[in-house]
Amino acid sequence: MIKRIVTSVLVTVLFSTASIAQNNNQGGDSTIAGIEKYRQALADANPAELWEARGEEMWKQPAGPKNASFEKCDLGLGAGVVKGVYAILPKYFADTDKVQDLESRLVTCMGELQGIAAADATKVVFGSSGVKTDMEALVAYVAGESRNLPIKVSLAHPKEKMAYEVGKKMFFYRGGTHDFGCVTCHGADNSRIRLQDLPNLSKKEPAQRAYSTWPAYRVSQGEVRSFQWRLFDCFRQQRFPQLAFGSEGSVALTMFLAYNANGGALNAPAIKR
Amino acid sequence: MKNKIAFRSKSSNTVLLATACVLFAAPLFAQAPVKPVVPVTPVAAKKPVVKAAPTKAEAAAKLAAAAAYDAQLTATAQAVMRASFKERGQVKLDRLDQDGTQELCSKYAERGAEPGYKFTDGKFIEAANLKTLIYPPDGLFLGDWKEGEKIAQLGVGKQFSDDPTKPSGGNCYACHQLDPKEISYGNLGPSLYQYGKLRGNTQAIQKYTYGKIYNSNAYSACSNMPRFGHSGILTAEQIKHVTALLLDPESPVNAK
Repeated sequence: MIKRIVTSVLVTVLFSTASIAQNNNQGGDSTIAGIEKYRQALADANPAELWEARGEEMWKQPAGPKNASFEKCDLGLGAGVVKGVYAILPKYFADTDKVQDLESRLVTCMGELQGIAAADATKVVFGSSGVKTDMEALVAYVAGESRNLPIKVSLAHPKEKMAYEVGKKMFFYRGGTHDFGCVTCHGADNSRIRLQDLPNLSKKEPAQRAYSTWPAYRVSQGEVRSFQWRLFDCFRQQRFPQLAFGSEGSVALTMFLAYNANGGALNAPAIKR
Repeated sequence: MKNKIAFRSKSSNTVLLATACVLFAAPLFAQAPVKPVVPVTPVAAKKPVVKAAPTKAEAAAKLAAAAAYDAQLTATAQAVMRASFKERGQVKLDRLDQDGTQELCSKYAERGAEPGYKFTDGKFIEAANLKTLIYPPDGLFLGDWKEGEKIAQLGVGKQFSDDPTKPSGGNCYACHQLDPKEISYGNLGPSLYQYGKLRGNTQAIQKYTYGKIYNSNAYSACSNMPRFGHSGILTAEQIKHVTALLLDPESPVNAK
């Protein structure tokens, strides 16, 4: 239902901007203004709330072979603390001796507390029609508990610093059949692919705006998408192989982007086209 | 694809890669940072007490150390990437192996914005890529602009989610304006509206345009534009169609 409403809003907005843009060969500005209107219309009702509510329930409900809830899960601020953790992730965890983002840390908790093997925990992590994932619900809930807090990722630990440096190399790494890297689309101001605007992630302010709004409900997909999904799908379009969920590289790149967004106020799960 | 790509470093060996990085990195690092020009006062002023400027040898050693560290970091990142990506469908892990152009252009992307950084490999990259140009054997550069328009609209090809038995698109509209009736176009590349009208449809322009689509880096080092022919994305026939979209006087790109 919500999906149908927003789709009709999109169609209306696109049609109304089409006539303006046709009178203007360089079209960009008025079209962008129309899309901005569409975004504001969307913000009124964000279905991500449904994912957040389901995630909160899952957090408290015992599950897995060990029949345990997440309430002893340490996401970085102590066992069971959810408020504020998304703002400080990724971070180094002594028990795993790894830098972890929210998703990979949740997999650790599923293993340690609930007895769910990592392979099972990561089998289906991206929802599709008819399949809702635990991961996306948990991510929506945990991220929502850091709403309005400033992003405050630290590089104090040497492994955190190394993750940042590796992530930076990955950001600028051009390869594959198309010579694409993250930087191809996200290295300059005011860029667009077709009509989709692209944040310049090498600059603080646009990096803050982009990072602070993930995870997000994607209208076009009818799903809440995690930041891991965002990277996974960017690399697919980059013509790279599949980025493994929660992999060291995925966390490193997240660290680079999160650190660049430090100081920005979290507003996730947001809603996007 | 692998055999076709000249200027591709074959080694996936980390040590070799690291060595290659040092070799490539050294001249890059030697260029930066450029020393600020110190204004010379005509009057012999009192000598301020300053630390002795580093000798040439010390400066060179510092640059070499920085280059070695950077090469090591690149090798680490490549190892992390190899362990973090999985083959899927038509996409194998060799997509992570960079050729020389990609390697130099990644460095340029990373360091290009640094104050005082000067990119000195542009001519080298263009010369190397120019050598890869293969023109159609029949000597004709223009195909059917209507087919070219379809290729310009089509975004699929070479992703792990794509069917490898189907032809790839050029996805030109993702980054360029072409037919003004298509309002959904990106701006990563310049507008190509009136491309042929502005340049004419001479044999020389046709050849250049075909070559630019075949390998953008032959004319513009580290362009964001894929090397469509060189990297095996589009066939010669497809490139002819896109060339026609840009140059055919009947093409909407050149309509008034």
